Parts: sequence; C-alpha cells; structure tokens
Amino acid sequence: MTRFDSLLESVGGTPLVGLPRLSPGLQPNGAEVRIWAKLEDRNPTGSIKDRPALKMIEQAEKDGTLRPGCTILEPTSGNTGISLAMAAKLKGYRIVCVMPENTSEERRQLLRMWGAEIVSSPAAGGSNEAVRVAKKIAGEHPDWVMLYQYGNDANALAHEEGTGPELLEDLPSITHFVAGLGTTGTLMGVSRFFRRAKPDVRIVAAEPRYGELVYGLRNLDEGFVPELYDESLIDSRFSVGPRDAVRRVRELLELEGIFAGISTGAILHAALGQAAKAVKAGESADIAFVVCDGGWKYLSTGAYEGTVDEAEDRLDGQLWA
Amino acid sequence: MAIEVRIPTILRTYTDGAKAVDGSGDTLQALIDDLEGNHPGIKERLVESGDLRRFVNVYINDEDVRFMGGLDAELSDGDQVVVLPAVAGGAR
Repeated sequence: MTRFDSLLESVGGTPLVGLPRLSPGLQPNGAEVRIWAKLEDRNPTGSIKDRPALKMIEQAEKDGTLRPGCTILEPTSGNTGISLAMAAKLKGYRIVCVMPENTSEERRQLLRMWGAEIVSSPAAGGSNEAVRVAKKIAGEHPDWVMLYQYGNDANALAHEEGTGPELLEDLPSITHFVAGLGTTGTLMGVSRFFRRAKPDVRIVAAEPRYGELVYGLRNLDEGFVPELYDESLIDSRFSVGPRDAVRRVRELLELEGIFAGISTGAILHAALGQAAKAVKAGESADIAFVVCDGGWKYLSTGAYEGTVDEAEDRLDGQLWA
Repeated sequence: MAIEVRIPTILRTYTDGAKAVDGSGDTLQALIDDLEGNHPGIKERLVESGDLRRFVNVYINDEDVRFMGGLDAELSDGDQVVVLPAVAGGAR
C-alpha cells in the first residue's frame, strides 16, 4: 500500500533490500549466505524511532495518561525525540526533550524545527545522564507525561507487531536478525515475535562502544540497564567501536549505495561477523539487519570524510550512535 | 598465555593508571583470579556472589561474555578482554 490518509499512517512497511556485493553469496559447498538491509530510514522522520514513538503515544492516549494539551517529556539523544516531536505536532502536544550536550548539532536543529524544547544534560555519562535529568524534571512537573522509551513496553510492542512480521513476510528463510542495542526495544520486540513465529531465528545485538569520555565518570555501581531488557531474548551481543562502525558504514555506501548513519555501520559489522561464521560452518544463512537512519544527521561528526583514523579521532567523546 | 585486558578509567586506581594489563587464564574466572593477584581489590569490583556485577560488561574479542558462559567463558592465547561499565544506548 502506498497511499495513506496522513503521515502518521505511513509509519513502518519499510523495504528489505539485498546486499549482493557485501554478502558472501553462494559457497563452494552449495550453501548460500545472504545479508539483507531493512531500510528504516524510509520512515516519515527518517529513522526507526517513528515506530516506537507513535506506538507509545497511541498507547498513552488509549490508557488516558496522555490527554489534549499535555506536555510530553523524554530523555533522547535525537531520533526518538524527533519522532515524538513530529507526532506531538500533528496531535497537538507540547514536547520537552532532555539530550546530552555532546550530540550532533543537526539533531538539535531538527528537534527545534519540529517544535521540541531542548534541555541539555552533561556530556559525561551520555544517555545515562539524560535519563537521570529527565527523571528529576518529571518529579518537578508531575503533570508532564514521560513516555520513557527505556521502560515503555509499547516501544517493544511496535517491533513485535510491525518490524518482526514484516521481516518474516519479506524473508521467510530468515536465520538471523541483527539490530542495535540502545533502549533494547527493537531487539526485544522482534525477538518476542520470532521466539513465537520462528524460534530458530538467532537474535544478535550490536552495542556501540564509545570513547573514554562517555564511560569515564561512570561508577560501576550506578550503571544503567534499560527496564525493557531481557537477556533471554538475545542470543549474542557484540560491542563495536567507532573504527569498525565507520569502516562498515563507508563500505555500505561504497559497495551497495546505501547512505546510513554511523550506528548502522556498527550493526552491519556484527551482521558481517555472523555471515563469516556461517561461511566457516558451511551453512546457509539469511541475515537481516536494521538500517536505523540515514547519514544526514551525522555529517558534522566528520565520520564520512578523510581517513578512517581521522574519523575515529573525531568521534572520540561523541555519542555517535 | 597472555591475554590483554582493557581497564575502564574507573578501575585504573587498581592498575596504577594503566589502560591495559596482561593476564592469563583458561576461563574468565581464572583470568580475574590472576588479575586479583597482581591488582588486589579489582576482583571485588567485577564479581559479586559468584557472578559478574550487574552494571559491569565484559567482552572477549568484542563478544559479551554473558552469552558465552559468563565467568566460565573460555579464553585462548591472544584474546582481548574489554571491561566496560553498562551505559544506555546512544541515538535513541
């Protein structure tokens, strides 16, 4: 279906495209290993976050927490805020986003364009700190509605009802699903769907590994694990640093023509790792991974220009995913 | 058997400020015991009642050990181990 009554109706239903040049392809033993990209940048505001944002708002409207004239508050370093702001604008809510001060300028501008008000949280500590600040503000404004993507089940539900079924319909032979680990909503929701619909699909998490500034002041006793996270729904989890993420995001553009954001490079790196394992084991595999967003919002990070060494240096201390 | 262990800033008080130290062991458990010998106090920051602490993530060659057997995860010569505090995701 390509005609919709409004922009909000057009969320989801994204294309799944093959990567003929990055996939290992047909092996001498007859096994075939293919990699598929789920283009979530084709959503209305250009990221996968349109799915959970819309679902969280709809659920809150349904259960009565969100009423006309309400103010929405959310800790976000960008995409979720942009998605929420779009939906809030169309539905008539005010929105305040708490974001770390070391996120890219494009994301701030986009948030402001869609009408969000921004509260900055300290760079050190990254999203953990944004969550802490948002919780504090929520305490001071009991009438504001914090949808709280890290603990809101509607986040995972959007993927359980949308992303998962779409993948199975487009790729019935799917063997692996690889996505980024942030709120964990994508992985939790898609996994819940496949655990039921096709339990042998392996669920693989790619987690960004930042520079030392981001972890520097973290106390090991005050870490953060999203409330949504259920370890039993994941089969393996990889930590991917900025160097591999940049290298892969450039390969994706160079070889397949897909211009993606840096976190997608980290996810592709984990997907290629699974592909290499399948080749080594002589098994066929159909590996689907998520293209979270396009590269536009990250041009100012310097990730796409110069050598990989230079890009790695520039990303140090930034929340690149 | 040499295994490089990368230490987060918050734990470098135990390693005289070193960002990475060498250790040895066939399993993560053995490696942590070996580290404790050279850097007393570090084990208690990583392990609690026989399991990894909740907000400590340990990776062997970039893979999270919680999906590789936890403290029983096997190690080979030349492996790289990274210790990191758990943080929330980025662009969310």
